[in-house]
Amino acid sequence: MNWVNAVIQGVMLGGLYALFACGLSLLFGVVRVVNLAHGDFAVLAAYLALVVITVTHVPALLTFVIVAPLFALFGYGVQRLIIQKSLEVSPLTTLLVTFGLSVVIQNALLVFASADSHSFDLGRLTSASLQITPELSIAFVSLIIFFTAVVVLVGLQLFLSNTATGRSIRAAADDQEAAAIAGVNTRHVFGVAAAIAFATVALAGLALGTYSSFDPSAGPPRLIYAFEAVIIGGVGSLWGTLVGGIILGVAQTVGAQIDPSGGVLAGHLVFLAVLALRPQGLIRARLAT
Amino acid sequence: MRTGLDASEKTSPRAVRVTRARRSSLWGLVAVVAAVIGLATLPYLVYADVTDFLTNAFILLVLASMWNLLAGYCGLISVGQQAYVGVGAYSVLILAQNGINPYAAIPAAVLAAGMIAVPVSFLVFRLRAEYFAIGTWVVAEVFFLALVRVRSLGGGTGTSLPGLSLIDPALREAITYWSALAIAAAALLASYVLLSSRMGLDLTAIRDNEVAARSVGVRVTTAQRIVYVVSAAGCGAGGALLIISQLNVLASAIFSVQWSAKMIFISLIGGVGSIEGPILGTGIFFAIQQSLAQLGAWYLILVGIVGIFVAMFLPRGVWGLISSRFHIQVFPVGYWLHPHPALPQRGRGKS
Repeated sequence: MNWVNAVIQGVMLGGLYALFACGLSLLFGVVRVVNLAHGDFAVLAAYLALVVITVTHVPALLTFVIVAPLFALFGYGVQRLIIQKSLEVSPLTTLLVTFGLSVVIQNALLVFASADSHSFDLGRLTSASLQITPELSIAFVSLIIFFTAVVVLVGLQLFLSNTATGRSIRAAADDQEAAAIAGVNTRHVFGVAAAIAFATVALAGLALGTYSSFDPSAGPPRLIYAFEAVIIGGVGSLWGTLVGGIILGVAQTVGAQIDPSGGVLAGHLVFLAVLALRPQGLIRARLAT
Repeated sequence: MRTGLDASEKTSPRAVRVTRARRSSLWGLVAVVAAVIGLATLPYLVYADVTDFLTNAFILLVLASMWNLLAGYCGLISVGQQAYVGVGAYSVLILAQNGINPYAAIPAAVLAAGMIAVPVSFLVFRLRAEYFAIGTWVVAEVFFLALVRVRSLGGGTGTSLPGLSLIDPALREAITYWSALAIAAAALLASYVLLSSRMGLDLTAIRDNEVAARSVGVRVTTAQRIVYVVSAAGCGAGGALLIISQLNVLASAIFSVQWSAKMIFISLIGGVGSIEGPILGTGIFFAIQQSLAQLGAWYLILVGIVGIFVAMFLPRGVWGLISSRFHIQVFPVGYWLHPHPALPQRGRGKS
């Protein structure tokens, strides 16, 4: 039963990783930027939510109503003012610039918010769980996060396939110049894509704070997990991202079941195995976002 | 390349003379040799705190130069070179635990880091340029998580380096300083030799346009792999020096991504894609660090902001600014075209 439990917890954890990964995947798929500050932006969103809770006293689960739109605006600004400019210098400059942002955010949080770790207080919900059998239960928090991840991924897929904005995002991603000739304002479209990516980053940050805890240095590991989920699942496939997140999550919880300190290492090893044996990822990209 | 142009000089009056260096480079060489000799005498002249400080600067210079080889000449941005810093340090530790003098273990550490980099390169080179950065980071994390599980190497709590307690501390610090100076000089020399060779031309072609380089027959992946291995070996040397200068090792510190951050910011601010850049960058980095030392994490915030601005608005760094303004090159790895004196002075410049 322990093993079944480990797998189920792993699937739930995979939802969290997929939520982290979809912003990374979207930004890379559309703007061709690997945002090395991805995890740190999520942690920043979690701190922003702490401020929102302190000021407005809204329940922690509802902070996304305020934090996600704020982060979407923030993402649009970051894209137009920083990423677009560094993309024009050279594609690799964006790596250096986002790495710089990562270091700045981490240390700024350290200076202004100390190294203490925080998590969101959900009241009774924290300990509530869905009892499946006497030995098997799933925390409601995990279910909410998993559900959020699926909703975000489905929503993103529908948005990209069925709306005019989604189509212009895909057009700009496929061929920037051709899209521009056809009348797409590519810089604005990239900004919109970044806004959506940052909104999902904010959700991921909030999910991290509800699932476990965060501190100023919590970003880089989440960036790595998100990246691994993207590569395991297959670059460019949103469903692959969910599958990749779940495989990574299960690898970590099953690994931890074998050896309590070996979970993260097991996840990395599964990632390296996929890279060695099937570098294109497990799921073939159907939608070239 | 040079012989071809020399031959054409005999037949065509319009030929240009091609040299590696302008006169400034000869003076540059004299200055470098004089600087190394001068620095080597320092342990006789100054207190140990100065040489300790310089030891740390040399280590960072070695690491930054190695990162710069990858980024500036191969277009490979690594955030995982700390993997080889750790391999170098732990190689020295393992050999010292088996009775070998830590200084004598440095070459073995360099070799170990280089050898491990060969199989790793086959794995991380599968990731396209943008994802290569995080891929190398994962490898560093794997090395870290694997090493903390080995209890005899200190596990997660670290351990001290045996084998140096019998040496007089003043002598030990001096030898460490000389080792660091020698390795820093060797790293710069190795970069210079590598980049002035035929391989340097290949790398410059890759840096400027990978597809075009491939199409004229440059074996891009082989060239990149060689540089990746050399860079790893150099970072191994840096790690070996780190454990020897600190006399202990903590896995989480030696495998920290902070090393990559320092390599990146030093190269970036000094100038990516020139050998001189990391030298200048190390100086600027320590100037910022020393002046903000009391303010804790603030110096990293400032260094990060400066790094972002340099990357966006000054892609060739501070050295690029100086070099293009004054036409100075200490380590000439490009070619200068000197127009024929009888012709109008056009087309003068670096090729």
